[in-house]
Amino acid sequence: MFEGLRAYRLIAGMWVRSSMTYRTSFVVTVVGNLLLTGMDFVGILLMFSQVDSLGGWSLPEVAFLYGLSVTAFGIADLVLGSMDVLGARMRDGSFDVLLVRPVPVLAQVGADRFALRRLGRITQGLAVLGWALSAVDVEWTAAKVLLVPVMVLSGAVIFGAVFVAGAAFQIVAQDAAEVQNAFTYGGTTLLQYPPTVFGKDLVRGVTFTLPLAFVNWVPAAHVLGRPYPVALPGWTTYASPLVAAVCCAAAGLAWRAGLRAYQSTGS
Amino acid sequence: MGAGRLYLAVAVGGFRRYATYRLATAAGVFTNTVFGVILVFTYLALWEERPGLGGYDQAQAVTYVWLGQCLFATLAIQGGGAEKELMERIRTGEVAVDLYRPVDLQLWWLAGDLGRAAFQLLGRGVVPFLFGAVFFPMTLPTDVGRWAAFTVTLVLAAVVSFAIRYLVALSVFWLLDGTGVNQALMIAGVFFSGMLLPLNAFPGAFGEVVRVLPWAAQLQMPADVLMGETGVSGALAFQAGWAVVLLAAGRALQSAATRRVVVQGG
Amino acid sequence: MGDEAFIEVDGVEKVFDVRRRTGFLKRERRRVQAVDSISFRVARGEMVGYIGPNGAGKSTTIKMLTGILTPSGGRLRVAGIDPSRERTRLAHRIGVVFGQRTTLWWDLPLIDSYRLMHRMYRIPDARYRENLDRLVELLGLEDLLEVPVRQLSLGQRMRGDVAAALLHDPEVLYLDEPTIGLDVMSKARVRAFLRELNAERGTTVLLTTHDLQDIEQLCSRVMVIDHGRLVYDGALAGLHEVGESERMLVVDLERELPPIEAAPARVVKVEGPRQWLAFPASESAAALVARVAADHPLVDLSVREPDIEAVIARMLHSPAESAQVPREDVGRVIS
Repeated sequence: MFEGLRAYRLIAGMWVRSSMTYRTSFVVTVVGNLLLTGMDFVGILLMFSQVDSLGGWSLPEVAFLYGLSVTAFGIADLVLGSMDVLGARMRDGSFDVLLVRPVPVLAQVGADRFALRRLGRITQGLAVLGWALSAVDVEWTAAKVLLVPVMVLSGAVIFGAVFVAGAAFQIVAQDAAEVQNAFTYGGTTLLQYPPTVFGKDLVRGVTFTLPLAFVNWVPAAHVLGRPYPVALPGWTTYASPLVAAVCCAAAGLAWRAGLRAYQSTGS
Repeated sequence: MGAGRLYLAVAVGGFRRYATYRLATAAGVFTNTVFGVILVFTYLALWEERPGLGGYDQAQAVTYVWLGQCLFATLAIQGGGAEKELMERIRTGEVAVDLYRPVDLQLWWLAGDLGRAAFQLLGRGVVPFLFGAVFFPMTLPTDVGRWAAFTVTLVLAAVVSFAIRYLVALSVFWLLDGTGVNQALMIAGVFFSGMLLPLNAFPGAFGEVVRVLPWAAQLQMPADVLMGETGVSGALAFQAGWAVVLLAAGRALQSAATRRVVVQGG
Repeated sequence: MGDEAFIEVDGVEKVFDVRRRTGFLKRERRRVQAVDSISFRVARGEMVGYIGPNGAGKSTTIKMLTGILTPSGGRLRVAGIDPSRERTRLAHRIGVVFGQRTTLWWDLPLIDSYRLMHRMYRIPDARYRENLDRLVELLGLEDLLEVPVRQLSLGQRMRGDVAAALLHDPEVLYLDEPTIGLDVMSKARVRAFLRELNAERGTTVLLTTHDLQDIEQLCSRVMVIDHGRLVYDGALAGLHEVGESERMLVVDLERELPPIEAAPARVVKVEGPRQWLAFPASESAAALVARVAADHPLVDLSVREPDIEAVIARMLHSPAESAQVPREDVGRVIS
């Protein structure tokens, strides 16, 4: 574990230095990233230019969901977001290079193409979250205040687990890297809107099967005092860290299985 | 070989190249379908709140969503078509070879990109659209004439889309690095094509402006023609107008670029 | 250095399940035996050439030895370690150079890649500095350390990669096509370095190559693999005998002429005014050229060394099949 984090830091550092060799390009991509990720929110603002509520939720409430979803996703994306180059690495054979080094492969893959420009998404998510916190009509209690950072961190871990599971899937199906986008980008987009907007089956699916709902929906519904469309016991409000831990364990198993599959097939 | 047959061959080549990535295509179909489902629910909620927004009823809004998913890769709305390769050739200087070929550079790339678009439409676009038609209420015309007009708008949309991306790609002759323009292309493409929200539903004067930009020719026009929300001749004229203007601009930029390459000696 | 076995391979095999597309949606599953019950031992300090046609199982073997792939059967030990089970532990003791892909950081100065190795392999500071100085000197990297890797020539980059693989004092070095694509000078430099490394440090070296000269100048022992089986294991001289290696003299005459007679050389191909003469590798090319030139109007000529594939082909197949013309890319030697 420690060895992996240390290797991650070393490799991420190399990528940061690499990107600094193209300074103008770096500045351009940081700005571009900020705009690109902000576009989703502009879409939401456009919708609210026409209506006062969506699925019964007001703009500050939707912004609360949006800020939580984007910040959590942004952290996972910063830390593990380049896992989609794994497929390419396997095709060109450079994945083998990672396997002959004395540090965990997952750390090397996670740090691959590490890019500070991804701070753009986190910045933008935090800005929206900040505005939402000041604008929502909530009676803040200590528990509710504490839930906000818990949601962001647990959410980041849940999305991180999705990235790792996606990477494991790519080992088996290299060309199918885009399937991962449906769960990562698709997931964060889904969570930007109130659960009341979606069909019950879909909500059940992301609550019980792929528990993305614990990134923000379930705890945020409690914070905002809105009923969650699927009946859940009260303790689930605080279950996000537990769900995150379970996701991590599952992703870890998937990654191990993927790596073993590679070692026995050479893909 | 006649010029027409040459460009047809180039287009077929473009089609075939993308056709080899079957698994990637299937993955794309899946992803477009997932995004379509998410977007449909948000649109349904929006139109529930504001029936008749942008002149659409709920079924039309749903149709719009699935058409958007269908055309997302086809029209390379986020970029990633022929311009990607052209940029790379300009960056590495390989484009000098292309300039000395006895073919028209713009037509060559247009043909290849149309071939790509045709594959993306059939291989990647049709399935999510059919999925939408099966599982959600959609408004689809029953008369053949409307479908024929729609097909023409798709071709013109593909040409306009190419013309925009060609201009962007040529800018690399001067900028030398395509990262920034690629991002700009991506942002403008998604936003102004109406991938987030139909341009009809954009508010006020801002809406007026976005509806006359060239990106409106990509998704909004084919959608409105398909659903009978606009006159066919007007839509076609709008698209053709932008196609001519942008292709001419591309041509002008191309000859400026050629002069530049010749001066630099390749 | 003793002659204890450093690499032990006993009846190792590797079977791949390959799914092949046979129709639009039809797929066919096929088992491919990439490596078929191979056994060998390599002692500490040996330099061994591992050769064979493309797809014969060379790189599969190397991948099993480095722990990248898990064998389907048999027993495999490197320095007493089971590579696929303890891949990361083994990584500290082996060095790998992949000829066609660099492990260096493209946009950063060469030295930055070495600093990463220093920390990733936890090489003690003094040891790192000592090794770096020595490698820089032997491989002539002094002026390249501050140059971004993307600006290095292929030969410079290969030397850079070799140094990167050796900073942590590996006991064995695997080289996959270390001289592919290099110019004559760079090849000579890499080979001289490997000899020096082996003599000085006693590093065990296992290399795959298509260049017979790599083997001739470096390895006292050659292993030949074909269709996943080890078909030869012994001295290079023995391989030459087995294969009765031939060289090829290609002459361009002023005009089309009947096949030249110059025994023991024999004409194997005529194309207009160009003729191909095969002659035993042991014969002097100079003498043959002199004889041909004496009574034929020569415009140009070149001598092609037998490449490894031709040698193996001769060894594996009947002499009748072996009169093929060696591959054209071996290059001109005399002009």
